[in-house]
Amino acid sequence: MTCTDFLSKMTDYFDGEVEPELLTEIQSHLAECDHCEILVDTTRQTIRVYRDHQVFELPNEVRERTVARIMAACVKH
Amino acid sequence: MPPVIEQPGTEEVHPDVALVDAARHGDTAAFEKLVRQYDRQIFRVAQHITQNREDAEDITQDVFMKAYGKLNQFQGNSKFSTWLTRIAVNESLMRLRKRKTSRTVSMDQDVQTEEGSIPRDFADWTPDPEQQYGSAELGEILKRTIAGLSPGFRTVFTLRDIENLSTEETAEALGLSVPAVKSRLLRARLQLRERLSRYLKRKDGSIKP
Ligand SMILES: [Zn+2]
Repeated sequence: MTCTDFLSKMTDYFDGEVEPELLTEIQSHLAECDHCEILVDTTRQTIRVYRDHQVFELPNEVRERTVARIMAACVKH
Repeated sequence: MPPVIEQPGTEEVHPDVALVDAARHGDTAAFEKLVRQYDRQIFRVAQHITQNREDAEDITQDVFMKAYGKLNQFQGNSKFSTWLTRIAVNESLMRLRKRKTSRTVSMDQDVQTEEGSIPRDFADWTPDPEQQYGSAELGEILKRTIAGLSPGFRTVFTLRDIENLSTEETAEALGLSVPAVKSRLLRARLQLRERLSRYLKRKDGSIKP
C-alpha cells in the first residue's frame, strides 16, 4: 500500500467502513509509515478540537427573541 | 395481505415524527419544542456557512418560519433535523450569493482546487492544544482557520464533523451523492489540518518519540 492508496481510503477508515483485509493492509502501512501515522493523528485532532470547542453559539437573549418571533409568525399563519 | 415481518428496530419511530404531526394539526407548542431542539444547531450551521452573525440570526428565524409553512411537504423518510438542515444550507448559500455579488457561491465552488489535497506538513502536533492556548485564543484560531475554507468545504466539515450528521444525512442535506460527500470531506479535513498545523505543531519541530 502506498501513501496515496491510504489517503484514498482514509475517510472510510475513519468511519470504520473498510473490509478486514484492507484494514490489515492499512494497519501495517500505518505501522511503518510515520507520515501517514501523523496524518491520521493530526486529522483526528482537527476533528476533535472543532467538536470540543463550538465556536458559534446562539446567545440566550437572541435565542429567546428569535423563538418568540418564530412562534408569533406561526400563530398568525 | 401477507404479514409484514419487521426487522428488529425498524418499527422504531423518531420522537420528532409525533411532534411534526401535532404541529401540522395546529399544535404550536409541539412546534416550539422542535424549534428549541434544533435552533442552536441551525444557527451554528448558518454562521459557519455565512461567517456572519446577523445573517445567521436571520436565517435561523427564516428556516423555522419556512419549515412551519412547509410542514406538509416533510416526508417521514428523512429525519426532521436533516430536513431543517437542508433548508438552512440553502438559505445560507443564498445569503452568501447576495453578499458576494461578483462571485458565484455554490456547493461546487472551488471544489476543483487541489489546495491541501496533498498533505505537506508532517510535523507532529502538541498533544494538548488547550494547554498551549487559552480557550478564547484557541477559539479565534479555529474560527479564522475554518473561515479560510471555501463554502462548499466548510459546509461539509460543519455538517459531518462538527454537527455529527452521518455521511448519508450530510449527503441528503447538501443534495449531493455519498461519494461526493466523502471526497469533499476528505479534502476539507486535509485543508483544515494543514492550516491548523501552523498553530498546533510542536514548536521544537520534533516528532513523536
Ligand atoms: Zn504512508
